[in-house]
This record gives sequence, C-alpha cells and structure tokens, in this order.
Amino acid sequence: MNFQSLINSLQYIKPEIVIAVVIVLVVTTDLIMGKNKSLLPWISIAGLIVASFFVIEQFSFKAVSSNANGSIGMITADPFGAFFKIIVIVSSIIIVFFSLSSNEIKEAFERHGEYYTLIFGMILGMFFMISSADLILIYLSIELLSLSSYILAGFTKHSLRNSEASLKYIIYGGASSGIMLFGISIIYGLTGTTNLYLLNSFFHLPQFGGFIFWLACILIFAGIGFKISAAPFHFWTPDVYEGAPITITAYLSIASKAAGFALLIRFIKVTFIDSVDASGYWQLLNLIDWKSFLILISILTMTLGNFAALWQSNMKRLLAYSSIAHAGYLLLGLAVLSDQGLIAILIYFAIYAFMNLGAFFVVMIIANKIGSEEIDDYKGLGYSMPFLSFSIAVFLISLTGIPPTAGFIAKLYLFIALVDAKMIAVAVIALLNTVVSLYYYIKVLKNMYLVRPEKEMPAVLVSPAAFAMLIVLLVPIFLFGIYFTPLVNLAKSSIGLMGF
Amino acid sequence: MNVGLNHFLIVSTILFSFGIFGIVTRKNAVMVLMGIELILNAANINFVAFARYGSFGYNGQVMALFVIVLAAAEAAIALAILLNIYKTFTTVNVDEIDRMKE
Repeated sequence: MNFQSLINSLQYIKPEIVIAVVIVLVVTTDLIMGKNKSLLPWISIAGLIVASFFVIEQFSFKAVSSNANGSIGMITADPFGAFFKIIVIVSSIIIVFFSLSSNEIKEAFERHGEYYTLIFGMILGMFFMISSADLILIYLSIELLSLSSYILAGFTKHSLRNSEASLKYIIYGGASSGIMLFGISIIYGLTGTTNLYLLNSFFHLPQFGGFIFWLACILIFAGIGFKISAAPFHFWTPDVYEGAPITITAYLSIASKAAGFALLIRFIKVTFIDSVDASGYWQLLNLIDWKSFLILISILTMTLGNFAALWQSNMKRLLAYSSIAHAGYLLLGLAVLSDQGLIAILIYFAIYAFMNLGAFFVVMIIANKIGSEEIDDYKGLGYSMPFLSFSIAVFLISLTGIPPTAGFIAKLYLFIALVDAKMIAVAVIALLNTVVSLYYYIKVLKNMYLVRPEKEMPAVLVSPAAFAMLIVLLVPIFLFGIYFTPLVNLAKSSIGLMGF
Repeated sequence: MNVGLNHFLIVSTILFSFGIFGIVTRKNAVMVLMGIELILNAANINFVAFARYGSFGYNGQVMALFVIVLAAAEAAIALAILLNIYKTFTTVNVDEIDRMKE
C-alpha cells in the first residue's frame, strides 16, 4: 500500500476523523475556557451533527456484490454500518441533552471537560467497532469503548454506588475482553490471519473444525456477549446500570449495545457465511451450529432478564433487566440468520433507542425531583406529575410491545421473521416472555396511578427544556407506531454488509 | 531440548488458567486485576509464538505490542478506580463492595 492510496482511503473514515477532532477540540476548549464549561455540550452537538453528515454519505456506499476476498483491509464502510452509526449519533445527541438537565452530572461541574471527552472516546470506539473487519481492530475498539465507559460509570466519585459500579464493570469487562483476546490468539494461530474476509476463505477449506476452533469461537463470543449483555455474560449489567449515573446507564443500554450487536452480526455473517440464497437466508459454513447456539443464548437471556425483573424494586435495576430481556429478543432476530431477521433487528434497534432513552430520561427527571429511583416512591405520581407519568407510561407500554406504540411494530417484524423461518416454538417462547414483561412494566404504572401516596405531594412542573426533550422522544414512539413505512424502507436499504 | 511451539502454548495455557483461577478465587481486587493481566499476557505469548513459528508475518507481534499498551492503560484506569474505592469504602475486598443487591 503506497502513500497515495493511504491518503485516498482516508475518505472512508471521515466520521471517525470528525469524532477524533472533536475530542481534541473539547480538551483544548476545556483548557482555554477554564471555569466556563457551558460551551462544551454545544461543541459536542455540533461535532456530532457534522459527523452525521458524513455517516449519511456512507448510506450510498455500495456493498461489493462479488466476494472481494483479500482486498478489504481493517475497515469497512457500508450502509449496514451507517445505520448503526446513526443510532449511535442520535443517542449521543440525546445523551448530551440529558446531561444538561441531570443533577448528578451538574454537581461534578468542574470535570465536565473529562465527561464530554470520555463520551467522545466511547463514540470513537463504537464507530470502529461497527465498521471493523479485523480481529485486531475489533479488540482495540472494544477496549477503547470499555476504558472510557469504565471511568464514566464511576464519574461522580463520591457516591458509593458509582464507585462500586465502575469497579464491577472494570473487573468483569477486563476479564471478558482478556478471554476474547485469548480466543483471537487461537484463531490467529489456526489461520495466520486476523482479517474476517480472509478468515472466511480459510474456513472454506475442508480441514477446519474441531474442538479448539469451537472453543476459540466461544471465547470470542464471550467478549462480544459481554458488551450486549447476553445471558451467561450479563452479571455486570444490573449492578453497573443501577450504580452508574443515569445518563451513562441510558447510553450504555443503547449505544454500546448497538455497537456490540453490529459487531456480532458482522463477525458471524462475514466470517462464517457460505452463501446467501434467493429468499435471503444465510447458509453458514458447517463449522459451528450458530443457529442453535444463538437460539439457546437468546432464550436464556430473555427468560432470565424478564423473570429477574419481576422482583426488582429499583427503577434503574428494573430497566437493566428489561434491557437484558431486549438483548434476548434482538439475538433472536440474528438467530433467524436471514436478511429478514436483520431488517427486524435494525427496526427494533431504531425504535428501542427512543423508548429506552425515554424511559431513562423520565426516571432521571423524577429522581431529580423526588431524589429516589425506588418504585415504591412512585406512588401517586400520576396525580402530582401528570405529564411525566403519562410519558413513562407510554415508554413502558412501548417496551412491552402493545399497539399503537412503536414497540409493537418492532416486535411484530421480529415475530414475522421468526414465523417465516418456521421457528414457531421459539416465537411462542418469545411471546410468553413478552407477557411476563407486561407484569413488571404495569406494576410501575399501577404504583403511579392506582396507589394513593402516603403523604400528599405538591404538583410539580416540568421545565421547558425537559418538556421539549420528552416531546422529541414521544413523537417517534407514536409516529413509528402508526406510520412505519419510512423506517422499514430505511432498514431494508441498509442491510448491505461490505462484501455481500 | 528444543523449545518449540508446543512449549510456548503450554506455558500460555497454564498462565491463562492461573489468570481465570485468580479472578474467580481471589478476594482482593488488586489480585483480581493481576489475574486479568495474566490472561492478557497468556494471549500475548500465543500471538508472538504463532507469529514466530507459523511464519505468518508480523501481524501477531504487532498485536502483542498493542495488547501491552492496552494492558498498561487498563491497569492505570483500574488502579485509579481502586484508589477511589479505597477512599469511599476503606476496603478493596470485592466481597465487601456489594451494596447493591436485590
């Protein structure tokens, strides 16, 4: 690779370059402006908007139709990646607005420079995770994301909960990424390459397979499974989600999970694919039975998440278990191993981002007002905070998947994909899980509307900024619940992975 | 005795097992972090050994360099977090740092 082609290939990482520049900008502004931190969020938002322009440009990049093995380096730029990058950017913009009205973050005012720098560190890590096509880059980007999020999980240093969350996160995270690295080293030893496309052509050779290979793949899955909090690797989720500042919890539950899913899909599809048949089903190589494995993991994940959520008393912890359950549904979309399942995942993620961010936002505002996240303290909130209670009701109903909210459309497409692939039994299990989830979501609403508060609470008004934010989050929930064709079309046009 | 690839792989597997063992059994958070370092170094030995004996080029050694840098970064962050934990909890025993439970 000569110098000229190096310069030419820079055009494929324009969004990443913008994010890196913003990191430098945030750090220098923080140094120059001294005590005045009010500029930082606006620089962040401006940077994100610029990055989103370049990401939108990537939607038009054609995924190569013929299998261009070997010609692809470490980075891919394709519509599939662009879709996930947009989800990351949108959730980042919303998180920056969250941070403006979060008491927890406002209290650590003098460290806002660090806060936004680390958030952009996470974004850079996620962008590379989404577009990496090489095991080295996969490991590096996961670490880039993780190292920033370990610190952010313990951002407010004085709080016991925060410190505990960040310690647990770094211990579990460090262990799982180390295990993943060991798996990568075995794969490297077996094939001599770390490029996913080259690996794919190696795996076509007949002599591959066996226990060591299987073990290495499971070890790599452990690292990715940790990021998306799939069942045997989910232990950190409830504690970290409960302990971390709410803005970071919301961010981890959307953006970091989206990047993890993008990585998992790319890893499985690019590395193990044999061919895609006419109706869009992926014929994987006969090395590992990914289908059964993913079905097993996803059923375990959703059942565990939903049943553990039943007896939670803390709202953040409940949402943590609910996000584990949603990871289960999303994995089911991947287990279909078809283009239709992939479309279902993309739709699900776009909608899930809005409803989960919304739920966390309302929890944050209520925590700002009443200083508690316990569900028992929500008694009678329906009367003292009518608009907030209405919003969280909508978000929770959407998370359950009841029409006319967007959550229903997300689940509908997932179930259609499952039924089309003749996975009826799995679909029934997922449906029963949804019924279980109804119980704990409704429990919150019951506390707010049907239980009288022990002491009379004064009516509380929502600030105009928070009101506007809630409207921004509520509109897509209703809009996509009724008029979802544009979203579906966007998802359909962004299933192109580089090379396929 | 000729030292070959197998010897390196045996050493790395033993290191990996010690690392996992340390993470699972140790109560002191510093020891748990050392277990993580052992795992990373086990993978490093694998990378370098495979690159040397498999004649795969320099990919593996480059990876090992990256991992060494990352391990240092991770250790720095982990120790900073631990320092903060010690200030707030006055202990680094992972079993006692468990206020959040259902």
